[in-house]
Amino acid sequence: MKLVTASPGTTKESGPDLAMRMLVSDLNFYYGKTQALFNINLKIATNQVTALIGPSGCGKSTLLRTLNRMHETLSFTRLTGEILLDGEDILKQDVTRLRRRVGMLFQRPNPFPKSIYDNVAYGPRINGHKGSLADVVEHSLRRAALWEEVKDRLNRSAYGLSGGQQQRLCIARALAVDPEVLLLDEPCSALDPISTAKIEELLIQLKENCTIVIVTHNMQQAARVSDSTAFMLTGELVEFSPTPHLFTTPTDPRTEAYITGRFG
Amino acid sequence: MSLRTIWRKAVNIVMLSLTGLCALIAVSALFLILGCLAWKGATSLHWSFFTQLPAPVGEVGGGIAHAIVGTGKLLLLAALIGIPVGLLGAVYLAEFASSTSAFFIRYATDLLNGVPSIVIGIFAYTVIVIPMHHFSALAGGFALGIMMVPIILRSCEEFLRNVPRALREGSMALGASKWRTIARVVIPAASSGILTAILLSLARVAGETAPLIFTAFGNQFWPHGLNQPTAALPVVIYNYALSPYDDWHRQAWAAGLVLILLVVVTNVLTRLLLQRQAMGRR
Amino acid sequence: MERHFEKDLDELKERLLWMGSLAERAVHQAIHAVLDGDEKLAHAVLDEEGAINDLQVEIDDRVMQLLALFQLMAMDLRFVLAVSRINNDLERIGDQAVNIAQSAQRIVRHPRVKPYVDLPRMSELAEEMVRDALNAVVRKDVELAKDVLVRDDQVDSLRDQIFRELLSYMMENSAVVFPAFELILVAKNLERIGDHATNIAEDVIYMVAGNDVRHSAPDRR
Repeated sequence: MKLVTASPGTTKESGPDLAMRMLVSDLNFYYGKTQALFNINLKIATNQVTALIGPSGCGKSTLLRTLNRMHETLSFTRLTGEILLDGEDILKQDVTRLRRRVGMLFQRPNPFPKSIYDNVAYGPRINGHKGSLADVVEHSLRRAALWEEVKDRLNRSAYGLSGGQQQRLCIARALAVDPEVLLLDEPCSALDPISTAKIEELLIQLKENCTIVIVTHNMQQAARVSDSTAFMLTGELVEFSPTPHLFTTPTDPRTEAYITGRFG
Repeated sequence: MSLRTIWRKAVNIVMLSLTGLCALIAVSALFLILGCLAWKGATSLHWSFFTQLPAPVGEVGGGIAHAIVGTGKLLLLAALIGIPVGLLGAVYLAEFASSTSAFFIRYATDLLNGVPSIVIGIFAYTVIVIPMHHFSALAGGFALGIMMVPIILRSCEEFLRNVPRALREGSMALGASKWRTIARVVIPAASSGILTAILLSLARVAGETAPLIFTAFGNQFWPHGLNQPTAALPVVIYNYALSPYDDWHRQAWAAGLVLILLVVVTNVLTRLLLQRQAMGRR
Repeated sequence: MERHFEKDLDELKERLLWMGSLAERAVHQAIHAVLDGDEKLAHAVLDEEGAINDLQVEIDDRVMQLLALFQLMAMDLRFVLAVSRINNDLERIGDQAVNIAQSAQRIVRHPRVKPYVDLPRMSELAEEMVRDALNAVVRKDVELAKDVLVRDDQVDSLRDQIFRELLSYMMENSAVVFPAFELILVAKNLERIGDHATNIAEDVIYMVAGNDVRHSAPDRR
């Protein structure tokens, strides 16, 4: 990660002018009658890692799930506002097409009860992949830094892998459809420190050709891994800046209270 | 030791013995039945019993081959009705139904489960046998199929619901539509459970006699096609047991043994399947 | 497993060593401005001061970010803290060099007080101490650092010697008071440079071995 060696007095806004892969404008989100997100405006830079942090219930997972319209799998959800992917409103697109471009990883690894091969091949298969599936599977497993560990047992059940390996398998599965954006919802919270470190290093490598948005309740992880961080509180976006700025000289006192652990 | 302690100990012993005795009775019932059947029917179990048709009335010998085939046919027909309706109904309940419609569907299904089998037999008689003017395997299969539906539907619904939400989300996050997710992820994940439900329901209806009396009726000869009266194991047992012939009595015992072995084997199979599914999860 | 912040740690070390080389050069140029009466050298030192100060700010900024973002532990943590301290010592060395250069500019206007004998020796010692202290940083060499600590006494005694000699010159001949006084200041600054080099060496020992040897007697180190 590039350390920001600016002298004090630089702007503390949302970072330098990078290309924006996704843009959230005036987003308000409702679970039934309860409003969960209030006027969210967020820019997600291309091929960078953006982290969403905040206390439990602040809405960071809710916000993440709107980015690939996973909120629609629940009933009684409603949102207003605009979410753009490369300039197009995702709310007006075909949702299955959207989800191929914007992949997601969940808190607990959730491989299908199939073989390792079939897990990774699932996405390409349902999207009518032409060409060699085996190549796609290998390529994805390599990108997820899992190939060497599983290349001799692709036909065995995915459940035979350890937790960290299963999560990397899920990453490979998501990468197999070649998404432009990868959304990660607390991907390491069920893993041990070594597996967590491996996945963090993996994300740093992946961001070269993939935009990454990660929700984490572990702000040290956000500090280690992300280029920009957004701090959320009770459904509002309190502050969004380049990570070195947010963690050394935050603008908003609520941010400072949270990251120094004096919150609540 | 005080009187109180003695009393408490005595009560403990009595209750322990009582509950143990009841448990023993429950288990013994099964073994008594098996034992009785085995003792009375095992001598009749030889190759010809399974392969021959019944001998002419009064003669000794012959077999129940027709009944075995007949039962097989009926179960096949029942499965053709019961499995699709039950499984797809379960899918609807587990994946699509709103809470009010789900409540009604479940309630109706449970009621259907509670309908006496003889009533279902009469229903099938009215709906199929009368218009067709004769008994048939079709009617029998139809009746048995109706009986299978609630069993399959309710247990498959449970198994489908037990598939973790995370798997569905994982599939949808990859761009799969809801139906694709169900077909490719949810149903395969619940496959052991679904198979179990199917096998158990088959074992259950294989032994139903009352509905078959009105529909398949029974036959001493090979079942041909679907439009003729068909023999079945439970019907054979019924008819032979009530007959005056000793040889037929013997054969009834043997047929009963065959039927119960079928049920026992099916149950063991399903238990193994479920065990394997549980291990696969880990 | 290599962590991605190792690049940032390496960069930090590079910047520190670059600052060190600037400081070394400043000292060398300043003292030669005095010894050779070279005004141009003195000027060069004054021009370079800005670069050294900017580096101090930059390195402090990097240190803060590394500490905030990466939860450094053990060797990494001691390294970054040591860098922070060495940073300050290098900036002070830069300041001393500037002082020497300013003295050089004033001395050059007067005739030479006496042939320089002890001053070159003292300056050589001081320069070597700075160079070796920085080498100890690069090579994480505790033995070399300890050696630097020992030499400080020599520098101190040379300063005392120069003081006494120049004092007697001043008492004999009041015309040489101005240049002689500046020379005393130069000697004082050189001694301070030696002290800062000593500090750097102590920081190296802390960084590598985890021992805080500041303020310990030499025999206990």
